[in-house]
Amino acid sequence: MRLSQLLAGQKGIVKEFTDLEMSVKLMEMGCLPGEEVCVERIAPLGDPIAINVAGYSLSLRKREAFTIVLQ
Amino acid sequence: MKADIRVALVGNPNTGKSTLFNVLTGLNQKIGNFPGVTVDKKTGYTNLPDGRTAEIIDLPGTYSLYPKSQDESIVFSVLADQANPSKPDLVVVILDASNLKRNLLLYTQVADLKIPVVIALNMIDLADKAGITIDIDLFSKKLGVPVVPISARKIAGIDKLKAAISYANKIALQEESIDVEAIAPQLIAAISDQLKIDNPYFALQLAHQHETLKFLSAKENDTIEGLEQEFSFHSQKAQGTETIARYSFINELLYDTLKKPETAQDESLSNKIDKVLTHKIFGFILFFAILLFMFQAIFSWSSYPMELIADLFVWVQNQLHHLLPAGPLTSLLVDGVIAGLSGVIVFIPQIAILFAFISILEDTGYMSRVTFMMDKLMRKVGLNGKSVVPLIGGFACAVPSIMSTRTIENWKDRMITIMVTPLVTCSARLPIYTLLIALVVPNRNVWWLFNLQGLALTGMYIFSLVSAVVVAFVFKLILKGRERGYFIMELPVYRMPRWNNVLYSMYERAKTFVLQAGKVIIAVSVILWVLASYGPGNRFEKIDQKYQQPQYTKTLNADELNRAVASEKLENSYAGVLGHFIEPAIRPLGFDWKIGIALITSFAAREVFVGTMATIYSVNGSAEKMESVQKKMGSAKNPETGQPVFTLAVAFSLMMFYAFAMQCASTVAVVYRETKNWRWPAIQFAYMAVLAYAASFIAYHLLK
Repeated sequence: MRLSQLLAGQKGIVKEFTDLEMSVKLMEMGCLPGEEVCVERIAPLGDPIAINVAGYSLSLRKREAFTIVLQ
Repeated sequence: MKADIRVALVGNPNTGKSTLFNVLTGLNQKIGNFPGVTVDKKTGYTNLPDGRTAEIIDLPGTYSLYPKSQDESIVFSVLADQANPSKPDLVVVILDASNLKRNLLLYTQVADLKIPVVIALNMIDLADKAGITIDIDLFSKKLGVPVVPISARKIAGIDKLKAAISYANKIALQEESIDVEAIAPQLIAAISDQLKIDNPYFALQLAHQHETLKFLSAKENDTIEGLEQEFSFHSQKAQGTETIARYSFINELLYDTLKKPETAQDESLSNKIDKVLTHKIFGFILFFAILLFMFQAIFSWSSYPMELIADLFVWVQNQLHHLLPAGPLTSLLVDGVIAGLSGVIVFIPQIAILFAFISILEDTGYMSRVTFMMDKLMRKVGLNGKSVVPLIGGFACAVPSIMSTRTIENWKDRMITIMVTPLVTCSARLPIYTLLIALVVPNRNVWWLFNLQGLALTGMYIFSLVSAVVVAFVFKLILKGRERGYFIMELPVYRMPRWNNVLYSMYERAKTFVLQAGKVIIAVSVILWVLASYGPGNRFEKIDQKYQQPQYTKTLNADELNRAVASEKLENSYAGVLGHFIEPAIRPLGFDWKIGIALITSFAAREVFVGTMATIYSVNGSAEKMESVQKKMGSAKNPETGQPVFTLAVAFSLMMFYAFAMQCASTVAVVYRETKNWRWPAIQFAYMAVLAYAASFIAYHLLK
C-alpha cells in the first residue's frame, strides 16, 4: 500500500520509502517510518494532496506520495 | 550604530520569526545583502535590559541546515563560518510550541554546532489553547539551554527573552543531542584533523555541503572530496541516518516534557476553513473573486488620494511659477524636477494598497493554499505551484518577485518563472493603463457594480496572466531540465493577518519604489526636459525669427502665437528629432513621434511614460494653465488631420506595447543577478520586444 492510494480521511503508518532522495526530504519534514499519516484532502484538480503528519499539514504531489510505503 | 552583541534569529518558516524580529527591532531595521549571494539580510537593533545594544539578524526560515534553496544555504554559512562578517555571538532559535516536534530538528542541528543558544518558545498561547502542556523547566534542563515562552503576536514574554539574551553564557553549554561522530566516524575524524576543526558536526556538514560553500578554499574543497572518496561517504544515506537519530532524540525528549490531550480533538478550525477555501468549485471562485476585488480596490480606493497628490503638485507648480523669475532654471525645477517627482509620488497609494493585499494573503496562510490548488495546472505549462507566488507578486513588481523565485528548487521551473514574470502586469504599468483607459474608456457602470474602466483594467491583468502562461508553455518545450522537480510544502495554520506587518510592508514597498524607481524617473525627467527644451544648431533662433515676421504677428493673437512657437520648438528639439527618427518604425503601430519620445525614455523604467507625457505636453501647452496630464493628452489633436491623437486603437496598441516590452532596467539587472549569465536577460529582452511589436500592430489594426 502506498500513501498515494489513500483517499481523503484515510490513515496509515509509514513503513519505508522507495526513493532515497525523496526520503531524506520527507523525513526532515517529520514524515518518518513509524509515523502516522492521515490524508486531509486532495487538491481540487486531483493533485497534490495534503496530509497530516507530526501534528501539522504537509502538501506533496501524488508522485511523491507514491514513494511512501505504508504498513 | 555599534552593537555590543550580535544575535541571529533562526527558525522554521511560519513560526513567527519575522513578527518577533519586528517586535524586537521596531522600525529600527534595514535590508541589505549577504556578501557574495543575493539573499536579503534583515538587520535591526534592540536595547537589552543591562544597557547593551544587540544587533539582530533575521536569517531565512528553514526546516534544516541541509539547504533546499539558496536562501536556506545562507543559514549554515552564517552560523558555522568563523570568518563570516555576520557570525553571531548568540543564536535565538524560535520554536512553534504548537508544533514542537518538527521544529526541534533544526534546533538540534544548530545546537550541535556549539554556538550559544537561547530558545524562544513562540505561540505558547496557541499551544495552551490546543491543550498542549509543556514542562518548560524540565525541557530547559534536558537541553541545557534557557527556554523563554513567548507570544510574538501578543508581544508577551519579550522582556524575558531580552533578559535571557543579555544574561546568556558566552560559551555553548547545551547538552549533546545525538552521537554525531557515529554517523561517519573515520571521515569526521579525518576532516577535523586536516582542516583543524574541533566541532564534529561542523566537519560532517562540510562533508555534505562543501561543493556549494563559498567560504572554503579550492584546496580545502579538494581535501574533503578526496576524504569522501577514501571513506566512501554517501551524503543522502548519512543524512537519513542523522535525521532518524535526531527524531528519536526528540521523541524521547518530548515524551517526558510534553503532554497532549489524549482524546481525539475536534476538527481544527484550519481544516474547516480549508474545506471551503480549497473546495473544487468555491475554492476557484473565491480565488478569482479575491483577485477581481484586489484590482477593483486598487482602482477605486486609490483614486481619491491620487487626485489629492496630483492637485497638490499642480498647486506647488503654479505657486513656483508665480514666485520664481521666469527662465531656464525655474523651468528646469518646475517642469523638469517637480513634474517628475509628481509622477513618482502619485502612485504610492496604488503600490501601498497592492502590497497590503499581498501581505495579508501571505500572512493569513492563504497564499500557500493558492499554491496547493494551482500546482497541477501550473505544472502543465512548465511552472510549479510555487511559481504562483512570484507570478502574483509580479502584479506589484517583477524585481522582488524574480528574487523570490529562489524558493523554487527546480532549476527549469525557476528559469521559466523568471522568464515570464515580467509579462505579468506590474504596478509600474498600472499608471499607464489607468491613464490610457481613463482617456478612451467611458467611466460608467454596467451590471450595477462593475465599472467599465475597472473591467478594462481587469482585462489587461487577465491578459497578462494568459500571455505569461502561453510563453511559459513554449519555454517548457524549449528548455531542458537538469533535475527532477519536487513539491513538499507546509500548509501553515490559518491566522489573522498581523496589521503591523501589513503596514510595515506597505511602508517598505512604497519607500523602495520611491527611492529606487524615483531616482531613475527624476533623472529621466530632467534629461527629457533638456532634450525637449534645446535643439540642435540654431533651429530655435530661426523659429523665434520666423514668428516675428508680420505675416504671423498680424494674423495670430498672442496666445496662438506662443503655442505655435512652442509646438514647433518641441518638434525641432533633440527629443523631437529623436522621436521623428523612430517614427517610421512605430507608425504602423499608430504612434506619432511624441509617443516615440515616451517609448524611448521609458526603456529605463515604464513609470517614466507618464512623466514624459507630462513634460512633453506641459512644454507643448501654455505653461501658465496647468492641466493634468490626462486632460492634456485627451485634448491632443493630430496637427494634420485635427483628429484626437489618443483614439481607442492607439491607446490599446500602446497598452499592448507596454504589456509586452521589457521596459525596465531594474528587471534586466535582477535577472542577470539571479541567473548569473547575460544570456537570460538578453533572450528575455529580445522575445518581449518581438511580442510587443506584434501585439501592438495587431491591436491597432483590429481597432482602427
